[in-house]
Amino acid sequence: MTFDGLPGLVEARESFGETTLVVDPARLVEAARHLRDELGFSFLSDITPTDYLGWGEGSAAGYYGTASGRDINAPGSQALARTPAPKPKRFSMSYHLLALTSPPARVRLQVWLDDGEPVPSVIEVWPTADWHEREAWDMMGIPVTGHPNLVRILMDDDWDGHPLRKDYPIGGEPVRFSGEE
Amino acid sequence: MAVVARNQPGVIYEGTRIPSPIPSMLVVPPEVRESDDILTVNFGPNHPSTHGVLRLVVDLDGEDVVGLNALVGYLHTGFEKNMEHKTWWKAITYPERIDYLAFQANEYAFVAAIEKLLDIETPPKATWMRTLLLELNRIHSHLIWLGTAALELGAISLLWYCFNARDLVLDLFELVGGTRMHTRYFQAGGLAEDVPRGFFTECRKFADTFPSTIDQYETLLTNQKIWLERTKGIGLLSAADAIALGQSGPVLRASGVDWDLRKAEPYLAYGELDFDVPVYENGDVYDRYLIRVDEMRESVRIVDQCLEGMPSGPWITDDRKVVLPPRHELHTSMESLIHHFKIVTEGYRVPEGEVYVTVESPRGEFGCYVVSDGGPKPWRVKFRAPSFVALEATATCMTDALVADMIAIVGSLDTVMGEVDR
Repeated sequence: MTFDGLPGLVEARESFGETTLVVDPARLVEAARHLRDELGFSFLSDITPTDYLGWGEGSAAGYYGTASGRDINAPGSQALARTPAPKPKRFSMSYHLLALTSPPARVRLQVWLDDGEPVPSVIEVWPTADWHEREAWDMMGIPVTGHPNLVRILMDDDWDGHPLRKDYPIGGEPVRFSGEE
Repeated sequence: MAVVARNQPGVIYEGTRIPSPIPSMLVVPPEVRESDDILTVNFGPNHPSTHGVLRLVVDLDGEDVVGLNALVGYLHTGFEKNMEHKTWWKAITYPERIDYLAFQANEYAFVAAIEKLLDIETPPKATWMRTLLLELNRIHSHLIWLGTAALELGAISLLWYCFNARDLVLDLFELVGGTRMHTRYFQAGGLAEDVPRGFFTECRKFADTFPSTIDQYETLLTNQKIWLERTKGIGLLSAADAIALGQSGPVLRASGVDWDLRKAEPYLAYGELDFDVPVYENGDVYDRYLIRVDEMRESVRIVDQCLEGMPSGPWITDDRKVVLPPRHELHTSMESLIHHFKIVTEGYRVPEGEVYVTVESPRGEFGCYVVSDGGPKPWRVKFRAPSFVALEATATCMTDALVADMIAIVGSLDTVMGEVDR
């Protein structure tokens, strides 16, 4: 399968037997329509935002245990063996597509975004994107433009912050009724 | 089957029942809202037939459902965030707990993602044993579904029959992994321990008797008049709508789409096994019931073949950078002791990269997206939960439905709220 004619294609790469197509966020919907109508990717399996803040700077996801408890924001002891390849922007948004053909074809459509940079909604191409995009907004704070109902889905409506961001600490929620008023 | 684009804005394609512009919500038209006959009812979050904590805000005009909004998130526990803070092998315990009925299918998806990044092969015995356990797990999940879905529609006795058989499956899990649920029996590289003696005999006993038990369930339901009236023609979902809404598994196959990842992209030992994929055409609650009953029969066939074809040999790969060395070596080998210490304290490092692995869980396409930065912990883990996607179809299924059908429809989508909210 060739992806040469894909609108807004920035990079196509193969790794671990999977195809990743990086496109320009401004032309995402065009690319999505092309993939669905011309290449048969009628099934949107999943949308995943990923936060790459601190990527390659040791381990952002670790902590030291100390005598007074654990310090959530201290750097981890388990440093990387080598620095991973840098990423173009802070967030990636991956759209995992599937063509219901024999043999089936899978492709990962990907856009890269800065903090606060909006991404157009693909809800008109694949209606199932509705909840996935709401989750991306809720958990990672990706603003999706053109979504008819972009409200939080998993967290409370009045929740502050986006929990799956790397700068949102684990255990960052105040513990109620803990006796430490 | 292909979804055709139409130029009219807002309409996905001609003939669709998917609501527009919000595909997962039925909005009451303003003129109906003004009529003063609309009653808004909260169904859930704690309602016995919502399979967990699902809240449906339903607008009723008499008995007709005219508005519907599904609200989820009551069980959100941050599994994905927590997994970023655990070493790879400790994180294996998490995916099991997000779906407490299909634990081994979820566990396998994550383990398979690790194995794909590490590029390690599992020995044949581990592959076949995983296949066997995944099918037992499918039976287990479908039994719970059948028991509870029938209970909700008034067929109370079936619950006890199903839980009885389910207990036999859990006994097998206990035998093999030590716990009845969340066994954590799959390890990157193979199985955590060898299959215990006596397991195959017990499993054979179950496989021999279970088909006749399914016959009993069918006697109670398949031609029962009340069951037929409650389920036939209810909760319709066309093939094109199901694909557009990302439905998978039994819900998709009940809409006439012949799609099963075990056949389409064979993983584990499925490519060598002989089984059929049941497909029905009507896309209603009754067909979803038939699919799951037929799938249990097919699963027994697979279990049978796994028992016959089970290879002998090692149950886990011998890659010492990933797999714990055998216990007895720790007393005599310095290298083994170091490997053991490093893996237990620090975990193994997984090469940098991103992979997306999908398996056919009892609920449909379960996906696991994993990003690694080359360290001992996952950078990002995301699960594509089939239950989450199935709930998006409630609005489409509920178009023109009565309030009593709602129970049947939500039940037929077979959602596990732990998996929806993660």
